Amino acid sequence: MCPSKKFINNPKNIVPEVVEGVVAASLGRLKRLDGRNVVVVSDLAPGKVGLLIGGGSGHEPLFSGFVGKNMADAAVAGNIFAAPTPDLILAATQAVDQGKGVLYLYGNYAGDNMNFDLAAELAAEEGLQTRTVRIWDDVASAPPERFTDRRGIAGDLFVIKVAGGVSAVCPDLDEVARVTEKARDATRTMGVAASAGRFPETGELSFELPDDEIEVGMGLHGEAGVARRKIMPADELVDFMLEKILPDLPYQAGDRVAVLVNNLGATTMMELLIVYRRVAQALGAKGITIHDGILGSYCTSQEMAGFSISLLKLDEELERYYDMPAQSLSYTKAA
Amino acid sequence: MEAASLTVDGAREMLLFVARRFVENQDVLTRADRAIGDGDHGVGMARGFEAVQRALETGRFDTLEALFQAAGLALLTSIGGASGAVFGTFFRGGAKPLAGREAFDAPALAAFLQGGLEAVQKRGGAKPGDKTMVDVLHPAALQAAEQDGQPLRSVLHALAAVAEQGVENTRAMVASVGKAKTLGERSLGHPDPGAISMAFILKFMAEYLDSQKTTA
Repeated sequence: MCPSKKFINNPKNIVPEVVEGVVAASLGRLKRLDGRNVVVVSDLAPGKVGLLIGGGSGHEPLFSGFVGKNMADAAVAGNIFAAPTPDLILAATQAVDQGKGVLYLYGNYAGDNMNFDLAAELAAEEGLQTRTVRIWDDVASAPPERFTDRRGIAGDLFVIKVAGGVSAVCPDLDEVARVTEKARDATRTMGVAASAGRFPETGELSFELPDDEIEVGMGLHGEAGVARRKIMPADELVDFMLEKILPDLPYQAGDRVAVLVNNLGATTMMELLIVYRRVAQALGAKGITIHDGILGSYCTSQEMAGFSISLLKLDEELERYYDMPAQSLSYTKAA
Repeated sequence: MEAASLTVDGAREMLLFVARRFVENQDVLTRADRAIGDGDHGVGMARGFEAVQRALETGRFDTLEALFQAAGLALLTSIGGASGAVFGTFFRGGAKPLAGREAFDAPALAAFLQGGLEAVQKRGGAKPGDKTMVDVLHPAALQAAEQDGQPLRSVLHALAAVAEQGVENTRAMVASVGKAKTLGERSLGHPDPGAISMAFILKFMAEYLDSQKTTA
């Protein structure tokens, strides 16, 4: 086992200490729910549909960094790379329910699906109404005909943003779910990794990759991708990734999109900018208009070196919610 | 004297024994999970069975159903991830057909395993051959259904053997559900950690019955 040179205390306290950090950094806007690993908005807007997000820890700022005004109302944190338990999800559901029901929004992984489903059943027994939208934006994780097997990765940000917007203004759970599904279905992502992150509890690498190779389509936990290649120039790599992403929806001439170039952990802003530049060139050449561009760390896997490219295709309705001002620890949109 | 059945309190002692043995054997699960997962299965299951110990030591149980429900709830609320949902669902699903039964005997065990199997498959969608705990639970439930009339101890020994074979069989499988599916071919040659845990449950139950040979 390699020692983990991470700036942590007792590894057993990572998750609660992250929750405490998010709450402290929020300057009162967020609170911790009853000493549990749940971050909740301090002053929920009355009468709104609840928006609950969550999943395994270790991908910060996903999910707790996206709780706030016109974003999610609460985030439930599981252990490192492990889904949260149903009792925790149920407690968070009770905390954000204001009689209008609660939307569960999370990445499509077996553990999350089962635990959120269990929580939904427990909530139903208490008379609480929930709906579920699972995010499956990773085009590398399954072919288009098996899209419900795809995993949720950095495109989560786009779907959470739209869901946060619509849930802030629309008091109907089914309508909030419909718009959220629409945003989910308009989002595609692909990632690439050059080196692994380390599990913070054991210090072990999440996967092995030769020094001169990259894995295109690598998942957030080291899941196998679509192609292993020698390291290549960024422009060539971006073109290769866009060849997979663009036809999948498809994104085509005349479309308006939001672009996210996300750092998976250890990639520099220098590299993200070089990548973003090529994405912008390629989209421009195809007649696709960039409505908004985001660069930075939004969905990570410890110190994994790599990045992902996400696109959200906007229409008038999605753009309205996407453009709403929002405030959270790790994502803010000005009016 | 062969133990033919257990009372509610006897079943409680059995589950406490199983829980202790899980905590003692967590390193086996950790090693297995490091080979094809993120290595947290052993710690998670130990955390879960410590919660089972607390729940069973502090609670009072008048029925088998309530006892196994409590064990399931403890696992469900303490492990997290896919393991917590699957093993919690297994105990809770298995508890339901125990309603109205006063003795934990071979037919009760068969009903428990069948109920648990159905609940787990409904929850997670895993089929035999997917390299999951179902590859142990499914053959064990089938075997248990054919062992009516046998003493509980000998049934459990037969099931423990079936379970061990089920674990071995998972080596040749490629994971197709759960997080390990993302490893694809890389999971070949390694047994599934969840399958090992399912086999542990049956093996430790058999060990408990061995330790209680004089009980009626």
